[in-house]
Amino acid sequence: MTSILAYTFKNLPSTSKWALTFCVRPLSCSSQLRASAAVQTKSKKTLAKPNLRNIVVVDGVRIPFLLSGTSYKDLMPHDLARAALLGLLHRTNVPKEVVDYITFGTVIQEVKTSNVAREAALGAGFSDKTPAHTVTMACISSNQAMTTAVGLIASGQFDVVVAGGVELMSDVPIRHSRKMRKMMLDLNKAKTLGQRLSLLSKFRLNFLSPELPAVAEFSTSETMGHSADRLAAAFAVSRQEQDEYALRSHSMAKKAQDEGLLSDIVPFKVPGRDTVSKDNGIRPSSMEQMAKLKPAFIKPYGTVTAANSSFLTDGASAMLIMSEDKALAMGYKPKAYLRDFVYVSQDPKDQLLLGPTYATPKVLEKAGLTMSDIDVFEFHEAFSGQILATFKAMDSDWFAQNYMGRKTKVGSPPLEKFNTWGGSLSLGHPFGATGCRLVITAANRLRKEGGQYALVAACAAGGQGHGMIVETYPK
Amino acid sequence: MVASRAIGSLSRFSAFRILRSRGYICRNFTGSSALLTRTHLNYGIKGDVAVVRFNSPNSKVNTLNKEIQSEFMEIMNEIWANDQIRSAVLISSKPGCFVAGADINMLAACKTSQEATRISQEAQRMFEKLETSTKPIVAAIHGSCLGGGLELAISCQYRIATKDRKTVLGVPEVLLGILPGAGGTQRLPRMLGIPAAFDVMLTGRNIRADRAKKMGLVDQLVEPLGPGVKPPEERTIEYLEEVAVTFAKGLADKKITPVRNKGLVEKLTSYAMSIPFVRQQVYKKVEEKVRKQTKGLYPAPLKIIDVIQTGLECMASAGTSVQSQKFGELAMTKESKALMGLYHGQVLCKKNKFGAPQKEVKQLAILGAGLMGAGIAQVSVDKGLKTLLKDVSLAGLGRGQQQVFKGLNDKVKKKAITSFERDSLFSNLTGQLDYQDFEKSDMVIEAVFEDLSIKHKVLKEVEAVIPDHCIFASNTSALPIKEIAAVSKRPEKVIGMHYFSPVDKMQLLEIITTEKTSQDTTASVVTVGLKQGKVLIVVKDGPGFYTTRCLAPMMSEVIRILQEGVDPKKLDSLTTGFGFPVGAATLADEVGVDVAQHVAEDLGKAFGERFGGGNVELLKQMVARGFLGRKSGKGFYIYQEGSKNKNLNSDMDSIFASLKLPAKPEVSSDEDIQYRVVTRFVNEAVMCLQEGILATPEEGDIGAVFGLGFPPCLGGPFRFVDLYGAQKVVDRLRKYEAVYGKQFTPCQLLLDHANSPSKKFYQ
Repeated sequence: MTSILAYTFKNLPSTSKWALTFCVRPLSCSSQLRASAAVQTKSKKTLAKPNLRNIVVVDGVRIPFLLSGTSYKDLMPHDLARAALLGLLHRTNVPKEVVDYITFGTVIQEVKTSNVAREAALGAGFSDKTPAHTVTMACISSNQAMTTAVGLIASGQFDVVVAGGVELMSDVPIRHSRKMRKMMLDLNKAKTLGQRLSLLSKFRLNFLSPELPAVAEFSTSETMGHSADRLAAAFAVSRQEQDEYALRSHSMAKKAQDEGLLSDIVPFKVPGRDTVSKDNGIRPSSMEQMAKLKPAFIKPYGTVTAANSSFLTDGASAMLIMSEDKALAMGYKPKAYLRDFVYVSQDPKDQLLLGPTYATPKVLEKAGLTMSDIDVFEFHEAFSGQILATFKAMDSDWFAQNYMGRKTKVGSPPLEKFNTWGGSLSLGHPFGATGCRLVITAANRLRKEGGQYALVAACAAGGQGHGMIVETYPK
Repeated sequence: MVASRAIGSLSRFSAFRILRSRGYICRNFTGSSALLTRTHLNYGIKGDVAVVRFNSPNSKVNTLNKEIQSEFMEIMNEIWANDQIRSAVLISSKPGCFVAGADINMLAACKTSQEATRISQEAQRMFEKLETSTKPIVAAIHGSCLGGGLELAISCQYRIATKDRKTVLGVPEVLLGILPGAGGTQRLPRMLGIPAAFDVMLTGRNIRADRAKKMGLVDQLVEPLGPGVKPPEERTIEYLEEVAVTFAKGLADKKITPVRNKGLVEKLTSYAMSIPFVRQQVYKKVEEKVRKQTKGLYPAPLKIIDVIQTGLECMASAGTSVQSQKFGELAMTKESKALMGLYHGQVLCKKNKFGAPQKEVKQLAILGAGLMGAGIAQVSVDKGLKTLLKDVSLAGLGRGQQQVFKGLNDKVKKKAITSFERDSLFSNLTGQLDYQDFEKSDMVIEAVFEDLSIKHKVLKEVEAVIPDHCIFASNTSALPIKEIAAVSKRPEKVIGMHYFSPVDKMQLLEIITTEKTSQDTTASVVTVGLKQGKVLIVVKDGPGFYTTRCLAPMMSEVIRILQEGVDPKKLDSLTTGFGFPVGAATLADEVGVDVAQHVAEDLGKAFGERFGGGNVELLKQMVARGFLGRKSGKGFYIYQEGSKNKNLNSDMDSIFASLKLPAKPEVSSDEDIQYRVVTRFVNEAVMCLQEGILATPEEGDIGAVFGLGFPPCLGGPFRFVDLYGAQKVVDRLRKYEAVYGKQFTPCQLLLDHANSPSKKFYQ
């Protein structure tokens, strides 16, 4: 899971928003490469492969991502997923009966709706003949939903699949203790009054202490924020660099929001509340304000704070994925192709959040591309420190040789192509829903900026990671 | 309540613990180079913070010797004189070691107690200067911070330690028979409170960083880092330095205070300790407890109590002067010489003298999931060795697997590993009833029943399935390896590995080579044994090898003493009173009376009259009546599940009565009984060296102490002869020889030593 922070940006008094929008400071890690990219010709015209179906994204949407405990707090996860599905139906006008299959990603499951994909689909008015399943892979759950869809279509099983993701952090399943649960289950089975009384006599007050969902990596018992702080230290990423990057993310997101670039958002009329139409976590602050925050995990000298971490978020996203033939036959103008993808995993203790470092060279190699072929980078930002450490790792021959078994480094992405419409730090990070946001943002950015290839990458708990190439659909 | 806490904390104290070497050698560098060029230390300045780095050349560890001390003082004086510098950080450039303690060789070289006292006084003066420094000094600790190293750290104003497994703090002096001589006895009680200070100094135990933080021994922890653009440990040390520098600045700017907030219990404790009456009670209780446990055989713990008491009750200066005086006295005692000798021996026995094997053992197979087999499996999977455990029945296998799991789970309970690591380690174990995958094994250790025909059968079965390079090791306590190897197609691959029960607790591994065993086979087995964390002795094949052979005459004497009418309880108290951790009768029960009978008969046949004395009939009758010792619930004592008190087995009376021997009054005083037991042991050990079963006296001492519980305060049979005097040992033997005959005839090597007093096993 990403950082479960005790407090979020609410504590950051936001100063003049306008002034800050344009004063993004140059980052120390942002090296070069500005000039060369535009003139270069692509090493490959397209990534289409013979004898393989082309798979396209027709469109994708998300409901606004909100800080947990705000407007969505009284809803259930399937309500959010339903809103995203309805938004997708509205946006694409796809006839419900055409959808062959639905798959959703989620991380912290609401026990009542453990197959949240099915509950949401039924509630959104999809045919009860359309099957649905839910997948989980920590922060890359909806990436898994999308690639599942790709697999189903590529193998010729289906033509039209809806993939999405949802997370509601405003409510988490807090359980009775194991001892209490055991007693309650035994009580159920007890037949006589005597048996019941003897069971009850074993009750102790500490049975009542609740069991909170684990905020830590199961294998190492380390919280993610703690690991991120160590990662930042291992790569010697300073607090200042991290705060600067966080500020950049918020400023970029604010700019994109103001310019109306975040067109994947569909408004959501929350029952009993006003219609929500904007992300509410974007709060550009100032370096001075951010510097005042105390470290959130490694106290008192750590560098990861509430301001340079992604915050607890509620949200949902959904995407219509089809075979190219089907989309064209139905008269759609698709947005992008979904191309090669990889999943990677590594040491969950010391390299928990380095997934993108491993995924990037691997997926590029697979697709036969180089870093310079990529016009748009959309990376998941769990922590400023994590992103900057990832850059440093990608830019280190030593790391490539000693830990990745590669001869040379892949190089770090040029910052002017990187998350230019904000990222998880500013837009928010509903664990299960972020993957679809990354892909649809990448597709939208390619169209807007006229690029051809985008690289989407994300890290996830368990030391896992994902990378995917998105190719824009020719106009 | 406070007193009881203090006592409770002592429950872990055991007189019989020995300083476990961490595989270092403490070399002495005196006389290596000139004083002006700094060889051990260097320092740089970061802003207004001086960073002093310890890095002794050509050594894995930093130890405090005269040279390093003078260099250090020189640097500190420069720092104090330099107005640009406002604070300092002390750190080591060595991975895995801050300062491992005082140089043991420097102490061992002292001829008089005055000399040792002077060493202590010099260190005290140095650390006092640090303590009173007006410029704050931060100790940044990564790796072992022991003895003098910890005393150095606690004289600083602030301590930061990495929360790494390699980082351990402690004052293990007591385990070497001395006391923390550089201010530890004075500063620790003030820092930790009296009960905790007693605990730390009397047990000498290693304290992990997180525990040290809770106790108040360190002020901050730094998490170890993973890989970045440099190797993890290198960057971790760099990071530790960065953090320490910010804290040093903070201390100089008075933004950080070194005062720690105490918890409620701690506050109550320190309040209680401010009452003189309570303190007196604590001293009394602690002393009683120590006396009971050490039986007065170890002088160091009592002196430590004494010094702490003086420091707290009188002027601080009195404490320090008493400290250095007692330090000098202790350094000259036989006990400290014996314990330091054991430490050196242990370091020696943790080294691989046979070089790297041609093929690394990646998969180990163990036959027999009994107590031994499962124990061997546990220490193997624990170190990440892939292990097959084969038994003949599912029930037996299940018991063995459970034993391995329990061993690992106990480590989880002690927080040595996480439950996840346990699961991951346990996955190295494969339980099976057949020979599947044996063809991929590099080494097979058999731990089946001690019967030559069964061992032969197993050897043939195994040789049919294992690959050519695979080693066959037999875990036996007495069967000659030569005889086991007789049926082998490739005797050069057959070797003995004698583990001691319980395998996960007993440190010793006796490796037995036959004339045909190849050098590479030995190298491979030694490598595996070291990986399992064992202290190794490599001995030649022969009946009973070394350890069992020494034990047999001793047990024979024990039986005779019992036949002469000494009751087992009395005998136990006499042997523990001499320094054995377990009484002789209890030992027989623990080993198993049937096993003892087997060994006594086998070795009796091999060595004849010399191994006589007690009547094996006694053991036979016990076995016949089912008194097998602890495992059957009855032996010399009666064992009840869950009850710690054991009573004598009254059914033994009739057996004793039927085999009663008349006691010889001239050799039946308490002291004579003790020496009859010990001298037979010692004589046999020396004979093993004489015959070449043992290669060195060091191995003999380590084997006796770590495998058989020979009194550590005597340092092992060979050290005992050196310290007690060969002539005196011979005199004793002659005295008993006059009464009992041949069994006590001193061996030639012992006589040689007695005849020329300059001859010593340890020069």
